[in-house]
Amino acid sequence: MNAAGFPLLSLLTFLPLAGAVFILTLRGDEKVLAANARWAALWTSLVVFALSLILWFRFDKADHGFQFVERLDWLTDFGITYHMGVDGISVLFILLSTLLTPICILASWDSVQTRVREYMVAFLVLETMMVGMFAALDFIVFYVFFEGVLIPMFLIIGIWGGKRRVYASFKFFLYTLLGSVLMLLAILLLWYRAGTTDIPELMRHAIPPGLQTWIFLAFFASFAVKVPMWPFHTWLPDAHVEAPTAGSVILAGVLLKMGAYGFLRFSLPMLPHASADFAPFIYVLSIVAIVYTSLVALAQEDMKKLIAYSSVAHMGIVTLGIFTFSVQGLSGALFTMLSHGVVSGALFLCVGVLYDRVHSREIARYGGVAKIMPAYGLVFMLFTMASVALPGLAGFPGELLVIVAAWKVNAWVAFGAALGMILGAAYALYLYKRVAFGRITKDDLRGLLDMSPREHAVFAPLVLLAVWMGVYPQSFLSFFEASVTALVVRHEAALSAARLAGM
Amino acid sequence: MNWTLALPELALALSGLAILGIGVLPKRNTHFASAIAAVGALLLAAALTLGTPEGTAFGGQFVSDGFARFSKVLVLLGAAAGIVLAIDFNAKEGLDRFEYPVLLVFATLGMMVMVSANDLMSLYIGLELLSLSLYVVAAFNRDDERSAEAGLKYFVLGALASGLLLYGSSLVYGFTGTTNFDRIADALTDPSKASSGLIVGLVFVMVGLAFKVSAVPFHMWTPDVYEGAPTPVTAFFAAAPKVAAIALFARVLAGPFGDLSGQWQQVIVLISLLSMVLGGFAAIGQQNIKRLMAYSSIGHVGYALVGLAAASEAGLRGLLVYMAIYLLMNLGAFAVLVAMRRQGRAVERVDDLAGLARTDLGMAVWMAIFMFSMAGIPPLAGFFGKMFVFKAAVDAGLWTLAIVGILSSVVSAFYYLRIVKVMFFDETAGALDPRPATVSFVMAGSGLFTALFFLWPAPLVAAAQAAVAALLG
Repeated sequence: MNAAGFPLLSLLTFLPLAGAVFILTLRGDEKVLAANARWAALWTSLVVFALSLILWFRFDKADHGFQFVERLDWLTDFGITYHMGVDGISVLFILLSTLLTPICILASWDSVQTRVREYMVAFLVLETMMVGMFAALDFIVFYVFFEGVLIPMFLIIGIWGGKRRVYASFKFFLYTLLGSVLMLLAILLLWYRAGTTDIPELMRHAIPPGLQTWIFLAFFASFAVKVPMWPFHTWLPDAHVEAPTAGSVILAGVLLKMGAYGFLRFSLPMLPHASADFAPFIYVLSIVAIVYTSLVALAQEDMKKLIAYSSVAHMGIVTLGIFTFSVQGLSGALFTMLSHGVVSGALFLCVGVLYDRVHSREIARYGGVAKIMPAYGLVFMLFTMASVALPGLAGFPGELLVIVAAWKVNAWVAFGAALGMILGAAYALYLYKRVAFGRITKDDLRGLLDMSPREHAVFAPLVLLAVWMGVYPQSFLSFFEASVTALVVRHEAALSAARLAGM
Repeated sequence: MNWTLALPELALALSGLAILGIGVLPKRNTHFASAIAAVGALLLAAALTLGTPEGTAFGGQFVSDGFARFSKVLVLLGAAAGIVLAIDFNAKEGLDRFEYPVLLVFATLGMMVMVSANDLMSLYIGLELLSLSLYVVAAFNRDDERSAEAGLKYFVLGALASGLLLYGSSLVYGFTGTTNFDRIADALTDPSKASSGLIVGLVFVMVGLAFKVSAVPFHMWTPDVYEGAPTPVTAFFAAAPKVAAIALFARVLAGPFGDLSGQWQQVIVLISLLSMVLGGFAAIGQQNIKRLMAYSSIGHVGYALVGLAAASEAGLRGLLVYMAIYLLMNLGAFAVLVAMRRQGRAVERVDDLAGLARTDLGMAVWMAIFMFSMAGIPPLAGFFGKMFVFKAAVDAGLWTLAIVGILSSVVSAFYYLRIVKVMFFDETAGALDPRPATVSFVMAGSGLFTALFFLWPAPLVAAAQAAVAALLG
């Protein structure tokens, strides 16, 4: 039995789905229905978040194995079971998902006025898929959740998105599907070879190095698109720009982490040789992503697009950290994933606050906002600084660890990553300057109201986290220490075993 | 004579004759009564099928085994749903003649004989009983040009395919000296001794069957017939006969010609590959939703044949699982098509679904579930069908087939998504007429199956496994 005494992970996974079904059964005229759907969705997601806090308190940080494990028959005769569990790598992502969902629902409270019921259902289904994906310990179960994310996200972008929403939603869907089906073939091959799709089993199953290369490439097709790594990132700016604010938050906050999580969960432990062989290739792509997309971000006119490109750059730091195969690099990558989830999510919310008032995302449309909306200016600045990785805020510890780890691998790689940080400061500060400072040239901006109590409530937990992660990162790092150390030890053991065999 | 093995068929034949006999007597319209009676007869046959013992009968012509049972239950289910879908539609289109359910009952009888065939003769008899009934129902709306054209086209091309099948059968008979499946299998235990005449015969038989399942390059009739036939007839075409023909295909190739798998495997790989690719690309440009579904069904046959191409137990299991899921999600999707009426007239363009999510959210959600499922997106049922057939292909090392197939599934996702887009993203084109209860029933039933299959997939897979075990003996 698991530490919670009841099937906590299944509850976290399927409670939002139950909430979604409940909302679908609601009846009434449009206004009442919308209000009921909002409250039902908010309460469901808050209850899920409260339950997920059990993970925070009861997770045994010293244990590198899987905890809160559940196992049920599913297609047992074929080696597939419903197997759920978390280790240090996945546990905080579940918390991130359950935290961001109520924030998203709250953030869409006023800005989404059409088809509110369907919107809330889509978000709750999305939460089910996200939590299930991070908790799955069976490859097929993982794939089901991993791909299932596409359905609600497609609808969210396509129905509540901007002008080019149809193009963006199709691009998002087909791009990610194309990568994922290749991974499915690799999963089927692993299943055939090992006779099971149980993830802990597969991690113990040795794969010949020649075959590892092919499987790695198939996984790479899926994860690199999801991360997204340069040059597979082109769906992201479109999807972000067209998605409604809350959609962007989830996309940047959680969905982008799925690819990097995939590398950590599957590529590294199952394919140690191929991962080591491909590491230089990943370094190059990561450095290009960091430097190139930072430069692209500098030139953007659209706030959301700018943040989208900055996400690609940050995810470049993450992939770089993962493929250093060191405790520092992996911890830094995981920390960056978490901090990016909080910070970029918050930045998209910041854009949303302005968009709700002015209905424009164009940077040139603003100026001097800090004078009109001082509280907003402060929050926006805090997250901009966190994104720049100012010490003391969430972005710093992760990037520092990755750069240190990269330095041990190769000074030039570290240099590239550091260059990205400098450019990151440039585009983020430039954005902030143009939006928040300067003279107020647009007179209609003078009438803007500062943040409402609801918006304060949306930002409060994120501000708290951004500061907490920056000031005392240890309370987060301690979660993945044991698992990351075990992963690195295993990785090195696998490589040295092969070296011995080769002698 | 162990005629009890054919009890479901006999019961169905007698009920069909009884409905026909009683239907002609009264002066008033008996369409509804005969439809209900036909559905009752099909369900009765399904119940009897489940209780049928195993064995062969009629001088080895007829076999009752787990494989036949599995396929028959699917076929009967599909046929019953086909009749239910037609009740309201036929009444509104002025096609409410009692012959319709009767014809479907006889078509179903033909399918049951087909999947139970253990001899090339009984195979042909069952297939022809099915085909003749289908030619008639395709042209059931006889005053409509397109329907008449569909019937005629189907007849001419179907007769050609039957001829090819017969010619192939005669070659097989000539070179093995028997038409019985068991004895053909005995004669072919050593594949190296198989004469080229026999191989030619086998290829002709396969061509005939490929025509019936509408696999590329023998698919040309499908879009025209699907478009021209009345929508409930199309729904029926795409469901039950397809399952029966695929099951027959599997039985013929895995049974008597099982030891020649090296010969037929290449052919199946090729037609499967072509079907998947054509089904993916050709549907993209379609504006008529029935035509689109025709290409979609061609693609699905390609995926199902991936299982057959693997020529393994896992492959056949995947094939059966795929067809069961295909049957149910297709019935649901066609239920939506049957419900597409505006101001009393049936409409069938993709754009007629525009904005359906605003006018009838329930139907739009079901249709979206069917579309995502057909595209193979988890957690919906269609994904599991694809997973099992591609697993078999990977196990068998058919990498070209697996990679091309899975990539063409991405291509086909595009047009399934397009339907979702039209329903959810576009402005409404005006509300559709309220849907009849019969259609909603089929829609909700298959929708629940498609959406919730992932919760409990084991029973269906286990049943398919048992069926395959019976086939391979």
